[in-house]
Amino acid sequence: MLDLRLYMLQRISALVMAPLTLGHIAVMIYAVQGGLSAEEILGRTQGSAFWFLFYGSFVLAVSVHAAIGLRVIVHETFGLRGVRLTSVTWGIGLLLLSLGAQALVAVTWPGAV
Amino acid sequence: MDGQKDTLEVSVWRGTSSGGDFERYEVPAEENQTILDVVSWIQHYADATLTYRFACRVGMCGSCAMMVNGRPRWTCRTHVRKVLQGRRVEIAPLRNLPVIKDLAADMDVFFDKWVAAGGAHAPTAGRNDPIPPVDPQDSTRVTASAGIECINCAICYAACDTVTGNADYLGPAALQRAWTLFNDSKHDRRAGILDAVSGSGGCHNCHSMGSCTVFCPNDLDPMSAIAGLKRETSRRFWRKGG
Ligand code: FES
Repeated sequence: MLDLRLYMLQRISALVMAPLTLGHIAVMIYAVQGGLSAEEILGRTQGSAFWFLFYGSFVLAVSVHAAIGLRVIVHETFGLRGVRLTSVTWGIGLLLLSLGAQALVAVTWPGAV
Repeated sequence: MDGQKDTLEVSVWRGTSSGGDFERYEVPAEENQTILDVVSWIQHYADATLTYRFACRVGMCGSCAMMVNGRPRWTCRTHVRKVLQGRRVEIAPLRNLPVIKDLAADMDVFFDKWVAAGGAHAPTAGRNDPIPPVDPQDSTRVTASAGIECINCAICYAACDTVTGNADYLGPAALQRAWTLFNDSKHDRRAGILDAVSGSGGCHNCHSMGSCTVFCPNDLDPMSAIAGLKRETSRRFWRKGG
């Protein structure tokens, strides 16, 4: 249930996620050590195009990567295939995308609460 | 224990895909005895209706594979004393395949997938053309040669959990055959192979669990062959953009 296109999409999304995850962890350690408060952190991320792109591409990569991975598990475990398997794949991808987008807006949109 | 030393307790699967059960047989134990000998003894002396498959008895033809104590093995080259659990041994038809009757699995799907993966040889030269030389040291040839001892016993196919979960998956034997032909300079449809293994049941479904390589009775390495196909298809993807 994994053709070349899905396989490559999953690998490329992993390639995108790897440095972003490391960057995210590094920033977290830096912020905690520096004793930054939530307000101070949001003050830097909200309205920043850099952080919007940073976390935006992370959310996008996660949605693609996890949807394809779960598609394989769902197929091999529950035998789902065809239209139902495609809907589950898209459903998972879009759910993660919307959850991630909400967080992205909250952290990087100027003036978001 | 001593009184029972001379017999084996053998459970043999009797039935078809639609149903069946294990039946117990007492089989005389011999000093030197293969699982295939045990099965043959049962058919000769206990129940002539037992169905099973074999031909060469020397590990060449690949027709005698069965599940022995839950593991796929070539029964003509599997010594009883190596697999015996106490006095017991359980013999069943190959996993991941439909059962025709008793120990005879239906190999149709297995060979259909072999063909679907591009496994049929298409010669580059005709009968009257000069024979193109093959350099046995050439690295591509070495890669091709690594898989040519496959006897199509379907042990790797029976061992593969991805086949169990994904009925469309071509499986290790077919993909290794595809990789062998892909590296064979005398094969005429090498580009077609990469297309054949890139579909929804293709090589990209492999989770690299490696049961194929562990169980192959000829010590071949289908898992690495499949990794080779993944590598080549990815390379072509970057070159051609999909
Ligand atoms: S009978 Fe031929 S391989 Fe076992």
